[in-house]
Amino acid sequence: MSESAILLDHVSKKFGDVQAVNNISLDVHKGEVFAFLGPNGAGKSTTIKMLTTLLKPTSGTLTLAGYNVARAQDKARKAFGIVFQDPSVDDELTAYENMQLHAVLYGIPKAEINGRISKLLDLVELSERQTSPVKTFSGGMKRRLEIARGLLHQPQILFLDEPTLGLDTQTRKLLWNYVQKMNHDNGMTIFFTTHYIEEAEMVADRIAIIDHGSIVTIGTTKELTKQTGTKTLEEAYLQLTGKEIRDEAASAGDRSRLRHRARGSR
Amino acid sequence: MRVIYALWLRQLKRYFRARSRIVGAVGQPLLFLLALGYGLGSVFKQAGHGNYLHFLVPGIMAQTVLFSAVFFGINIIFDRQFGFLKETLVAPVSRLKIMLGSALGGATTSVMQGILVFLIALCLGFRPYNWAMLPVALVVLAMLSVALTSFSSGVGSIVNDFQGFQAINQFLIFPLYFLSGALYPLTSAPTALRIIADLNPISYAVDALRASLINQSHYGYARDFLALTITMVVLVVFGVYRFRKIQA
Repeated sequence: MSESAILLDHVSKKFGDVQAVNNISLDVHKGEVFAFLGPNGAGKSTTIKMLTTLLKPTSGTLTLAGYNVARAQDKARKAFGIVFQDPSVDDELTAYENMQLHAVLYGIPKAEINGRISKLLDLVELSERQTSPVKTFSGGMKRRLEIARGLLHQPQILFLDEPTLGLDTQTRKLLWNYVQKMNHDNGMTIFFTTHYIEEAEMVADRIAIIDHGSIVTIGTTKELTKQTGTKTLEEAYLQLTGKEIRDEAASAGDRSRLRHRARGSR
Repeated sequence: MRVIYALWLRQLKRYFRARSRIVGAVGQPLLFLLALGYGLGSVFKQAGHGNYLHFLVPGIMAQTVLFSAVFFGINIIFDRQFGFLKETLVAPVSRLKIMLGSALGGATTSVMQGILVFLIALCLGFRPYNWAMLPVALVVLAMLSVALTSFSSGVGSIVNDFQGFQAINQFLIFPLYFLSGALYPLTSAPTALRIIADLNPISYAVDALRASLINQSHYGYARDFLALTITMVVLVVFGVYRFRKIQA
């Protein structure tokens, strides 16, 4: 048995009467690249929010790198890095300042801060722009910055919530390269969601499919295609989750973000 | 401490990088000083109250701090909608530190706005009765700012859209301001107005500013500072409590 990096034990989340996540259990091994797929509103984001301490589960326990998320919250928080679905960098600050702030928030020793930041900005090829305000960055550059920032405190686990949404092919490829490098070189556990099924097929060791708040199936691409008698992961996915289109209720925040995007945010 | 300092510094950087906002926030108080100070000056003098501009300056300084500090909470909504809040919420630091660092940053910039108005007033001929009392005025501005940025952080944590936040603020700011004695002496105001002012925490800030800058006081320092301290403690507790409850 390999060690667990991420453990969900009978986790549920209810918003009023709506059962967003229904009694899911999941065991992601250390060093695994794990894809978490599902249609809109299936419970992916809610699950990631619970794993990353942004939401409290209604019932069940979550464990990250051996730390109980509810009881050893700060230790669990130090164990993971995250790249959110929406940019979460401060636009008014420079790339370097965003990194610096992150270093302070994670209690990285002062003497190490500059070295680590330069190295990571190099990795994501942003060194030359490190003193530019982030508001002058393109979407792809912001995403790269967020990845560098998520890696700054050397987490054991990296969460990526639709990391390639809205990015061009080149940036997407580059992004998966970094991520795979982190996984190979440092044994970092990767947990990601995406709507691009071919990405999951390409990089994930195992895949979980969630729908209507419950886990439909877990396995390798091979296992899932075999189980459904299909050729590709995408076909398997469609067969398991159906073809109808899901509507997701938008929160005030989502609506406002959409307006912001529509106005042509940089 | 490092965390609080870093978040404080973030607010200051954001403040200094948005110069248009600084100018905009000073324009309104300037208008008040000029239009009211000069417009009502002669009437005020005839009524035997002395120089209205001098009387008005502490009130306008309080106004500036009031408006900019209460507006601060919009940053929380902004951070929440455009993501940065999540970065701080998943970090291994307590919500208390996050809230305090940001609110203190907002309070600092509000005090700076107040000082800016003071400098403008100096150009218009205003002089404090005793320069040695200036630090007292700064303490009052600081206490008022901390109280109000905390309050507005709390409101920003509850409401999650800009319109709602604006509505709540408009509903609160204007009555608090106009009923505080910032624009007229409470001593000669009708009883009803005076009673309302007695219940309004802004009145005590205005009064303490006036006491320290032009040596005129309606309540006296002891009552002023007692009221300010209570207001500050209550509002900081409110702000921290609400901020802790945010779930993204």
